[in-house]
Amino acid sequence: MDKIVNQKAWFLVLPVFLVVAFSAVLPLMTVVNYSMQDTFGNNQFFWNGVGWFKELLDPSTDLGGRFLASLGRNLFFSLVILAIEVPLGIVVALSMPREGWTVAACLVILALPLLIPWNVVGTIWQIFGRPDIGLLGYALNAAGFDYNYVSNDIDAWVTVIVMDVWHWTSLVALLCYAGLKSIPEAYYQAAQIDGASRWAVFKAIQLPKMNRVLLIAVLLRFMDSFMIYTEPFVVTGGGPGNSTTFVSIELVKIALGQFDLGKAAALSLVYNLIILIVCWIFYTVMTNAGVERKVQAESEPAIESKPSARPKPVPALKPKEGVA
Amino acid sequence: MHSIPGRRLIMGLFLIFLLLPIYWLVNMSFKTNSEIVSTMTLWPHTPTLQHYKRIFTDESWYSGYINSLEYVVLNTVISIAVALPAAYAFSRYRFLGDKHLFFWLLSNRMAPAAVYALPFFNLYSAIGLFDTPWAVALAHCIFNVPLAVWILEGFVSGVPREIDETAFLDGYSFPRFFIKILVPLIASGIGVAAFFCFMFSWVELLLARTLTSVQTKPIAAIMTRTVSAAGMDWGLLAAAGVLTIIPGALVIWFVRNYIARGFALGRV
Repeated sequence: MDKIVNQKAWFLVLPVFLVVAFSAVLPLMTVVNYSMQDTFGNNQFFWNGVGWFKELLDPSTDLGGRFLASLGRNLFFSLVILAIEVPLGIVVALSMPREGWTVAACLVILALPLLIPWNVVGTIWQIFGRPDIGLLGYALNAAGFDYNYVSNDIDAWVTVIVMDVWHWTSLVALLCYAGLKSIPEAYYQAAQIDGASRWAVFKAIQLPKMNRVLLIAVLLRFMDSFMIYTEPFVVTGGGPGNSTTFVSIELVKIALGQFDLGKAAALSLVYNLIILIVCWIFYTVMTNAGVERKVQAESEPAIESKPSARPKPVPALKPKEGVA
Repeated sequence: MHSIPGRRLIMGLFLIFLLLPIYWLVNMSFKTNSEIVSTMTLWPHTPTLQHYKRIFTDESWYSGYINSLEYVVLNTVISIAVALPAAYAFSRYRFLGDKHLFFWLLSNRMAPAAVYALPFFNLYSAIGLFDTPWAVALAHCIFNVPLAVWILEGFVSGVPREIDETAFLDGYSFPRFFIKILVPLIASGIGVAAFFCFMFSWVELLLARTLTSVQTKPIAAIMTRTVSAAGMDWGLLAAAGVLTIIPGALVIWFVRNYIARGFALGRV
């Protein structure tokens, strides 16, 4: 559908622009301001130019070392949880029941972890994982593992990762499920007539149809895991030592703990810039995928098969109302 | 053909994985503190309601829930109200800078809350909104407004343009068309968007905690108080946790048919 050019549409967008600009642009200007200055208290500020940025990106200084180490930990964390959550989410989505009351029940239970306040997620896992009062910790120790997330680095990491998988795999699963639901029945019938294997159906029909939602899932999961703060903070407090201190935790420590405005502001800007770049890459890929999909839908539905007699699949252009 | 072999087993195991930690929290909230610390029991042997009773009778506890709900509802109303016209504009028209604006909104949804904690603190202190529900409600707009625009844009695009044109031919003014025709048509979309605004505002803690001190402390921040001289009050903490899950569980039930599509930001 072609859109009409109408500059008056700006008036409709203006409220959103004002509200978000108030919350985003003004604070960001403060951050830029702070990042260039140093203070000795008493509201006296001195021009510091790019000093903080130099320190931030130099691993030999205290600030730079802490920033780069937390950045590395955070990237590793994001990659690990993506590698677990995306395949697991797809498998769970494929395992959803087809119809009946179980569909609604599964959807509600899947969505449940997403609706729990983040610090309560932390609390749940703190209670669940403690060796003295938690089921998980108790069971693991009874089974002979020396598990204690408070004192052991690796245990702390495993706990934080399992917690994130528990918390967010449902999001990936729900997104994939929404994608699967939009595949018309005719596609499956055609595949059946062609005698396609289960794997072929997955590769030729289901995966391409899930492409777009998977992209959204990866984007959301990467971003949210990259700025994770509350859950690990509640469970491990960034420790033992600094082993689970991610970028956000480091930032809050510097900003609200030490009240080191200049350093915190410089860190904020670099952090934000990284997010902005990744976001832009994903956005571009996503809009391009959308265009490709449109072109594909117009020409021919993408099913590989012999030109034998098969019912012509109906292109799935109608947006589906509801999913269950 | 649709699903994979062993799907019941996989689904069952995954649901158990999801429910087990929650069960443990509920289990603990009904135990006495001495039972929690002394023995490992799979269900409460001496069930007690004392923790719940304490939360419902102590004002410093239950006011936390009221404070949280206050800013969450405020935020949802503001987000939907400003996002609706914008979603219509993005869906129907092209205008100067529309794509850039859309990306800018998206980038704000992705901005880490930790970056904004300190500047927000300064900003809202300066304009005298610090420690009011308005501060948190406005602060949460930074990620909820873009999200609402995204979701609603998907739903508005599902309404055929012929409906707009017919309405205008029939002499409807723009505001009247918007309220009388468009809003009822995308009612389910508004429900989904409201649900997501509610959800993200409800689960966020960092900004909510930074922008409040005494008057409007959210329940999530109050929960950190359970450490006392006598050690952790685990039962009370668990009971408070269970009570924060309930509002979420209730709203899920109402939107269960739209959850999946909503998470896809209306773009499936």
